[in-house]
Amino acid sequence: MSVAMKNLKTFPGGLHPPDNKQWSADKPIEDCPMPDELVIPLAQHIGAPAEACVEAGELVKKGQLVGTAKGFVSVPIHASTSGEVVAVEPRPHPMGKALPAVVIKPDGEDAWLPGLQGGDPASLSPVELRDRIRDAGIVGMGGATFPAHVKLSPPEDKPIDTLILNGVECEPYLTADHRLMLERPEAILGGIAILQKILGVKRTCIGIEANKPDAIEQLTAATSDLPIEVVPLQVKYPQGAEKQLILAITGREVPSGGLPMDVGVVVQNVGTCTAIDDAVRRGLPLVERIATITGPGVVEPKNLRIRVGTSLQYLVDQCGGLKGEPAKIIMGGPMMGMAQLSLDVPATRGTSGLLLFTSENVPVRPEGPCLRCGRCVRACPARILPTTIAAYARLDLTDEAEAYHAMDCIECGCCTYSCPAALPLVQAIRGAKGAILAKRRKG
Amino acid sequence: MSSQLYLSSSPHVYAGDRTEQIMRGVIYALLPACGVAVYFFGLPALVTLALATFGCVGFEAACQKAMKQPVTVKDGSAALTGILLALNLPPNAPWWLTLLGAFVAIVISKQIYGGLGYNPFNPALVARVVLLISFPVQMTRWTAPAPLFSGIDAVSTATPLGQAKESVMLTGSLPSSMQGGMGDFLLGNMAGCLGEVSALALLLGGAYLLVRRIITWHIPVAYLGSTVVLAGIFWLVDGSRYPDPLFHLLTGGLMLGALFMATDMVTSPITGRGQIVYGIGCGILTVLIRLFGGYPEGVSFAILLMNAATPLIDRYTQPTKFGYVETKA
Amino acid sequence: MLAAILSLGGIGLAAAVALGFAAKKFAVEVDPREQAILEVLPNANCGACGFPGCSGYAKMVATSDKIAAACPPGGAVVMEKIANIMGLAPVEAEPMVAVVLCQGDDGKARQKYHYLGVHDCVAAQKVADGPKTCPSGCLGLGTCARVCPFDAIEMTPDGLAVISRARCTGCGKCVSSCPRSVIGMKPLDATVHVLCNSHDKGGLVRKYCDIGCIGCMICKKTAPTAYEIENFLASVVYENHGDAEVAIEKCPTKCIRNFMDGYPEGSSFSAPTCMREAG
Repeated sequence: MSVAMKNLKTFPGGLHPPDNKQWSADKPIEDCPMPDELVIPLAQHIGAPAEACVEAGELVKKGQLVGTAKGFVSVPIHASTSGEVVAVEPRPHPMGKALPAVVIKPDGEDAWLPGLQGGDPASLSPVELRDRIRDAGIVGMGGATFPAHVKLSPPEDKPIDTLILNGVECEPYLTADHRLMLERPEAILGGIAILQKILGVKRTCIGIEANKPDAIEQLTAATSDLPIEVVPLQVKYPQGAEKQLILAITGREVPSGGLPMDVGVVVQNVGTCTAIDDAVRRGLPLVERIATITGPGVVEPKNLRIRVGTSLQYLVDQCGGLKGEPAKIIMGGPMMGMAQLSLDVPATRGTSGLLLFTSENVPVRPEGPCLRCGRCVRACPARILPTTIAAYARLDLTDEAEAYHAMDCIECGCCTYSCPAALPLVQAIRGAKGAILAKRRKG
Repeated sequence: MSSQLYLSSSPHVYAGDRTEQIMRGVIYALLPACGVAVYFFGLPALVTLALATFGCVGFEAACQKAMKQPVTVKDGSAALTGILLALNLPPNAPWWLTLLGAFVAIVISKQIYGGLGYNPFNPALVARVVLLISFPVQMTRWTAPAPLFSGIDAVSTATPLGQAKESVMLTGSLPSSMQGGMGDFLLGNMAGCLGEVSALALLLGGAYLLVRRIITWHIPVAYLGSTVVLAGIFWLVDGSRYPDPLFHLLTGGLMLGALFMATDMVTSPITGRGQIVYGIGCGILTVLIRLFGGYPEGVSFAILLMNAATPLIDRYTQPTKFGYVETKA
Repeated sequence: MLAAILSLGGIGLAAAVALGFAAKKFAVEVDPREQAILEVLPNANCGACGFPGCSGYAKMVATSDKIAAACPPGGAVVMEKIANIMGLAPVEAEPMVAVVLCQGDDGKARQKYHYLGVHDCVAAQKVADGPKTCPSGCLGLGTCARVCPFDAIEMTPDGLAVISRARCTGCGKCVSSCPRSVIGMKPLDATVHVLCNSHDKGGLVRKYCDIGCIGCMICKKTAPTAYEIENFLASVVYENHGDAEVAIEKCPTKCIRNFMDGYPEGSSFSAPTCMREAG
């Protein structure tokens, strides 16, 4: 191994769950075939959902606008293939309920909208670059789906000096970003150049966990004559959480309640970075992404290039189908992903993975009393007291939960993971956060 | 199909260690010490161990039944309390004393507070102290070790700490010669409670706890370290009056206390910083009680007093939250 | 001996003087009426009046010289006492009781998934809108029972909240705690209620529940003045509930219940024995 395992940068707290990446880490990215129907939700990002701008019966081309952004913190939505719009109606959404979506029946041509034009980043101004990113509908592709152009629009009084590329992929099972770094380093470098120009940063780092030595080696070689540092990081969850990543690489702590830009940093996922490169140089909107389909419940785990709107069932079919009866369907990784009601929901721009568990992987664990063992406290990367906050949350003592800094919880799941009494700590803290926000709104 | 699915809030994977495994781990760690106790004190030790363990489990089950709570003796916490209680009793404790101890530990100092996780004081230690104060004669009737199959009859004697205390009280200085040397203390060939005798067996168990990550180093290191430092200072000041640190370390209940009693998760502080403060507090109190208190041994009182201080320590040793550390931008 | 008596006595005397002095010096002026009102209030601090606890309510009445809100748990008796204290006319409030408008326990209503996590309805509702297939049925995790200050709500073994009409004071705390708005405040003298909260069409309701209202209109046809149907859900017209009872027999899904005949299945509450308890 070319990466020295000692003295790697990291953050205090966290833990290391078995990463189970071996199932898909060495599977090259495959193109997912065309499904019979694409269900493209209008809410695929944090912020206001897009508004449909097509009607049933209309013919659309791949990359054509089907939903317009509503407001600054919102992005447009595009058709992910050419075909006929068969419906604009609420459809089951990964959030667990029916939400408005544009349903497209592909015509099989997969023809791009004529007139999509790439540009040379060197000849475009930072504002033009940012507008192209916004119009391409680019969101944070690590799973948080925060509109990328918002992060790239820091206010004047917050100068940005550091750009961090997040290639950590600390969630167990997932290997999509790993494969992307191995297979498309040139697109990542292209995206970095665009981001550097928009932000005018002095320093650029790519953070990668040390369990991906091949990716570290490849990107180190590719950036040898560029002003970009590849930073190997200790293998520890949640190393890829934005604030923890910033602390590990720069030693700066984003203040409580603040944003990375408060300490002069912008973080973008490597997947976002390649999407930015495609959007600017090739003029392509964000209509596809890489996702890892894995877990003990699928026959052949794979990394797939998927069209936004492909149903999870179709993705599983491409991986040899189900192995046994699924007991839990998780969109995203096992630590922060969302459990799904069925496979009949579409993949979105934020679908970094699809994880299938069978009944052996879903232990029904009776809750016990808190032993005060302190494992949650030691694991907590936000350095709060999860068990104390959860205890207050159980008693609906919202003010006390707030006083113990419930709002600083990043919901990484380390506390619940480590709890020997099987207490659902994050869920309780999440509930407390909801109650605190509701109280603040009431005034 | 959908009715077969489980849904929950994230995360969806969990660490393996459950409460039962932790309790079982501590019980395994105590087995060497139990073995040594049975070896040196024979059948009475075995009877005391069994009585205390089954007594605690029985009282817990009965208490939970009576209070219409789910019976949770399978989590092993009552059995663990029982073993710890036995290790805190003299080898020839009468049967009723052991059972009374089990009652005090489980009913009075655990279930009444709400059961596992809610007791402010270590149940086994509360039981020991209640018995020590209420039945001082039975609780301090020590016998010299009579190893199994050695054919030696049990002889009444005093503990090394007791001898030292008595001698200092009577003559103003330590006894000129003591029964047994440091090697005997290390192995457990001396008078004392079942679990006070073999430092080596206890260290073995403590190492297992550390390797299994059931406890962290903070409390044992802070406790033993502060005891050695403070005892060392007194010894340097007047070596004829105050015993040396190694004597403190290897006699009495210090090893048992530092490795198994003070590290009880429920009654000790939750953060590493808090555990160090707590450990140092235990160490200082232990030395002060041993040298200047009315009892020859101070470990139980020291730990119980620091148990009482745990909420306060927790309050002032909270970790610095993320985002509250000033860093240069 | 003497020294001990003297020193202890001295400490006692000094403390007594200090306490007496402090009581005089730091005495807080309280309107005697405020104290009197506080004494007649139920002191459950439920917040139903809209003020922070019973003391907040007493302070409001005493300082503003008017009774701006009623105390639902206290009822007419307490309101009259307060009116006497203040020398004002009593505030009339119709006595209300909270009713869980659902009978779909685990045996009767379908679950769309197995829920694992915090045993609380608000938390479960955030996981794909709750484990019950019916979007408006009782989740059965007992959030209302936990917040009830009067211990009036029980959870049946099959996971349904049932509110005791004898213990409920109408404070409304459960109503605001329920994430699915299954609990309604109804006049205490009405004992017949349509125990369903689903506005879905009949076919859909039949799919996920055995005991839901399917909007078939039979109750309205049987007792036209006592029922109204809105959005496929029948409800009793409470101003005119006298005839409501005749439709109970006719309801095909048995979702109408007269509480005088007993509480929903699985409840340990015994049926109200007289009208006074029932209404």
